[in-house]
Amino acid sequence: MGVLAVDLPYWAQSLLRVLGGTVAVLLPAGTIVYLFLFKMMSFMQSRLGPMEAGPYGSMQLFAEVGKWLQKEDIAPARADLKVFRAAPLVVLMSTFLLVAVVPFGPDAYFTDFDAGVFYMLAVSSISTLGILMAGWSSANKYSLLGGLRAAGQLIAYELPMVLAVIGVVIQAGSMNLQTIVIKQNSDSIFGWSGLGYPYILTQFVAFLVFMIAVQAELTQVPFDMPIAESELVSGYMTEYSGFRFLIFFIAEFATAGVFALIASVLFLGGWGVPFSWFGWETAGDIDNWMNVGGPLIMFTKMMVLAAIMMWVRFSYPRFREDQLQRFAWKVLIPVSLVNIMLTAIFKVAF
Amino acid sequence: MMLLASDIEVAQNVGFGIIATIMVLGALNVVRSSNVVHAALSLVAVMAGAAAQYLLLSAEFVAVTQVLVYIGAVMVLFLFGVMLTRAKLGKDVDLNNDKGWAVGAPVALLLLGVMSYVLIKGFEDDKIVVSGKGNASAAANRALSDAIFSSYALPFWALSFVLLAAVIGAIVLARKD
Repeated sequence: MGVLAVDLPYWAQSLLRVLGGTVAVLLPAGTIVYLFLFKMMSFMQSRLGPMEAGPYGSMQLFAEVGKWLQKEDIAPARADLKVFRAAPLVVLMSTFLLVAVVPFGPDAYFTDFDAGVFYMLAVSSISTLGILMAGWSSANKYSLLGGLRAAGQLIAYELPMVLAVIGVVIQAGSMNLQTIVIKQNSDSIFGWSGLGYPYILTQFVAFLVFMIAVQAELTQVPFDMPIAESELVSGYMTEYSGFRFLIFFIAEFATAGVFALIASVLFLGGWGVPFSWFGWETAGDIDNWMNVGGPLIMFTKMMVLAAIMMWVRFSYPRFREDQLQRFAWKVLIPVSLVNIMLTAIFKVAF
Repeated sequence: MMLLASDIEVAQNVGFGIIATIMVLGALNVVRSSNVVHAALSLVAVMAGAAAQYLLLSAEFVAVTQVLVYIGAVMVLFLFGVMLTRAKLGKDVDLNNDKGWAVGAPVALLLLGVMSYVLIKGFEDDKIVVSGKGNASAAANRALSDAIFSSYALPFWALSFVLLAAVIGAIVLARKD
């Protein structure tokens, strides 16, 4: 927070960052749940969705949270209590760690991490640990099966995600998310800089692979075998209720939001607008209002991507376990490897 | 030896102490615990502590690699395997081997002695220069990748070859048909 927070003492900056991180996790989660899970899904199924709490059901979220907070904290008698209680927190921690690396404006970032892309991929794999812990500690066969399925799936789909991102890293020449954003907005397409140079144009294949892998990482339909309700009750979440279930629920949609943010950073130009619109040359010329406008632009892009993710979620039937593994290993990974090769060739040639 | 206050990074040292305590307790719990999954989760804490120590030394690339490889892949696969085969809840009586103390304790002490000697002998009075300001970490990343792909290219290839052989071997062993 260079320019914005330069006068603040360290503790105040830290406090601001914690607050900002909480907002960046909870706000997208709440918006996605209300707008897409409650309303869009209802409209797609020809019903109205929640209408009672507040105008047009807009206060429904608060009612839901209140309901969950009041519920009794139940754990199975034979559960491993320590691990059982820690599991949702591990999953939520992974979400908070993820958001720490996302830049929201020229000075509005939490950390300017040089290996940002790498960090993002590493931290997102921590949630697998939480899911395995939840599945094992519940002392329930459905939970254990769900946890094992989730682990297998997350391991399989982490690879295409990593490989898809490498294309962007090669093109930007940097693993720093901030640099990737600035590059996309300051570059030009064959001398025409009216649009900047969002990497979705050249890395469209990588974008598709990334979004599919994200969908699988989030265990959303059509990749929701870990919580397949017709087979496993609700997988690793079966035994959770009340506040602990709420944490899982928040983590699921917050992670969806954070991954949408990261996808917008990698492929859609992140917080920036093409710099040529305002005559900025380099990162130093950017006006200060971008620190307020940037997060809003990011939020808009995130909502578009989240809408696509939820649209897929509400439209497709579930894959079978072996189809899912085959799709990752035989389609997505070869495709992204070819993409890396082509990107590298073009990078050297031009 | 005079310890000047300006030489010491107080915050880093306090952080090091806290993390090191967690790591030592976690490591003890790995060997002490009578539940395989608890032992594995303690090992996760130790790995995470190691990653945090790397971060304190502003070696962020190494820290992230530690998280990605050891926590994200090795430990997850480990837990996956344990849960798939013998995921017992509660205590596992035959997990701890009480007869091994006579051999184990001297070996552990010997290992501690050898490692302390090597570390002290190898570094003596060297101080780690922590210059985590600005682009220092970017330069460190560049230096690291330069080292891997130039002076250590041959060991790197040899290691990749061994890993590839291991992967193919695993496939051959696992395939029944």
